[in-house]
Amino acid sequence: MTEIPKIALKGLRKRFGSKQVLQGVDLNICAGESMVVIGGSGTGKSVMMKCILGLIAPDAGRIEVDGVDVTHLKGRALAAHQARFGMLFQGGALFDSLSVWRNVSFALDQSRKGADLRAAAIDNLARVGLGAEVADLRPSELSGGMQKRVALARAIAPRPEIVFFDEPTTGLDPIMADVINDLIVELVRDLKITALTITHDMASVRKVADRVAMLYAGRIVWHGPREGIDATGNPYVYQFVNGRAEGPIKMAVRGG
Amino acid sequence: MRGIAHDAVGVLSAIGGFVIGGLAAIGRMSKFAARALGHAVLPPYYPARLLEQILVIGYFSLPVVGLTALFIGSALVQQIYIGGSRFNAASTVPAVTVIGIVRELGPVLGGLMVAGRVSSAMAAELGTMRVTEQIDALATLRTDPYRYLIAPRLVAAVLVMPILVLVANIVGVLGGFLLATGRLGFNSANYLNTTMEYLKVEDVVSSMVKAAVFGFFIALMGCYHGFRSTGGAAGVGKATTNAVVSAFIMILLSNLVITVLVFGT
Ligand SMILES: Nc1ncnc2c1ncn2[C@@H]1O[C@H](COP(=O)(O)OP(=O)(O)OP(=O)(O)O)[C@@H](O)[C@H]1O
Ligand SMILES: [Mg+2]
Repeated sequence: MTEIPKIALKGLRKRFGSKQVLQGVDLNICAGESMVVIGGSGTGKSVMMKCILGLIAPDAGRIEVDGVDVTHLKGRALAAHQARFGMLFQGGALFDSLSVWRNVSFALDQSRKGADLRAAAIDNLARVGLGAEVADLRPSELSGGMQKRVALARAIAPRPEIVFFDEPTTGLDPIMADVINDLIVELVRDLKITALTITHDMASVRKVADRVAMLYAGRIVWHGPREGIDATGNPYVYQFVNGRAEGPIKMAVRGG
Repeated sequence: MRGIAHDAVGVLSAIGGFVIGGLAAIGRMSKFAARALGHAVLPPYYPARLLEQILVIGYFSLPVVGLTALFIGSALVQQIYIGGSRFNAASTVPAVTVIGIVRELGPVLGGLMVAGRVSSAMAAELGTMRVTEQIDALATLRTDPYRYLIAPRLVAAVLVMPILVLVANIVGVLGGFLLATGRLGFNSANYLNTTMEYLKVEDVVSSMVKAAVFGFFIALMGCYHGFRSTGGAAGVGKATTNAVVSAFIMILLSNLVITVLVFGT
């Protein structure tokens, strides 16, 4: 393990008001691997992703990409950093004033001809199992699952070297969820991307992960290869993977 | 006595807190404006976005601005006529009307009406984009949100407001003219001649300058509050209200400053 990780988080901390969300996250993601982060709702998984993307400024700690510190980038350097990533947002974040194909081709070179961009958008829609007939619809005319797939097509359209998937399968039926999981595996294998996926869906973990990390109480409490999640004696992982109400993870049921 | 002193300290610290909070907000707004303007002058430009905003802000505001000016112009003539008659000065109606409308009422009422329409709509649209992560998404899609969302709105508002106010001035004077000739027995040729005679270039220029400044604040307040909104639908609602109220205040305040600077000496 002397190789420089693609992404390295070192002691990452972030709090909102009095709420300490990330309390020193350490995580390495190697080039070309598919890392999956699991963890309960509200543990800061999405915040961690947004810190890496430079959308949220961390309070302390370091973020390195290819060994280069990218924690406090600004202006053009930040834009160049962000251009290396594709991001599937948890809620899709499609532009509701634009048609589906305009959304999907958004990050492509806009000086290209309209017909050309539209064709590229339709290619990418096909990758996520959507036909050309949705190209001219508005996002609000699609079902939740279709919106998610359009958002996925948009994230991968410019062929970024790193793609983040924030809960790619939530809200999809099991079959479509499997299609999306296959797609992530395919992207990592064929396009040689580095993938970071956040999920609660154990089927997804088993299918797409090379390695798994578990975030709890603002820290990575366990990480290891995919096979490790069933063998580990770690009580947090055991409770999460098996979906038990009893265990070291306490859920605040009444918003306490 | 101690109670009073204690209260006084409390009041002073409340005022101090308010002033500091206000200054901090002004600082944030200035930074926001500087960043947006910096991005407005550098490429890449988004001409399609600019045209869209010109249409939304300018064209669709014409009816409401025109109607406001028409009604206010006529009402103004009626009141000036009543007031003027008491001093046997009813002949001043055309001159007072045109100066009142071009210098103050045209730009101020036009600005307030457009602010009511546009600042709120901008805050609601950008606020929704913020809470649904569309603004974050822009950054990950090789697009600077300031350049794509804010700059076209600011530029469009500054370009379009002078045209809207010009229309408001003309329609306002026309409304007064119709009432004066139709109801108050003024001779139409005389009325128009006096109007043109008393209208000075500096009146029109100051009117246009005010309009451009108001346009800037209308877009700035809408964008600033929308861009910073947090916390779901309620947050967007609050941003919308704040955008309109602060746009109103900035319009009235900057109007006073420009009036004093241009005409007060
Ligand atoms: N912009 C923000 N301002 C204030 N608090 C925030 C902000 N973003 C996130 N938080 C808080 O940080 C905590 C972690 O949020 P985050 O969205 O990262 O959770 P998550 O792990 O992704 O959960 P889920 O699995 O439900 O998506 C939450 O308690 C949330 O309220
Ligand atoms: Mg999340």
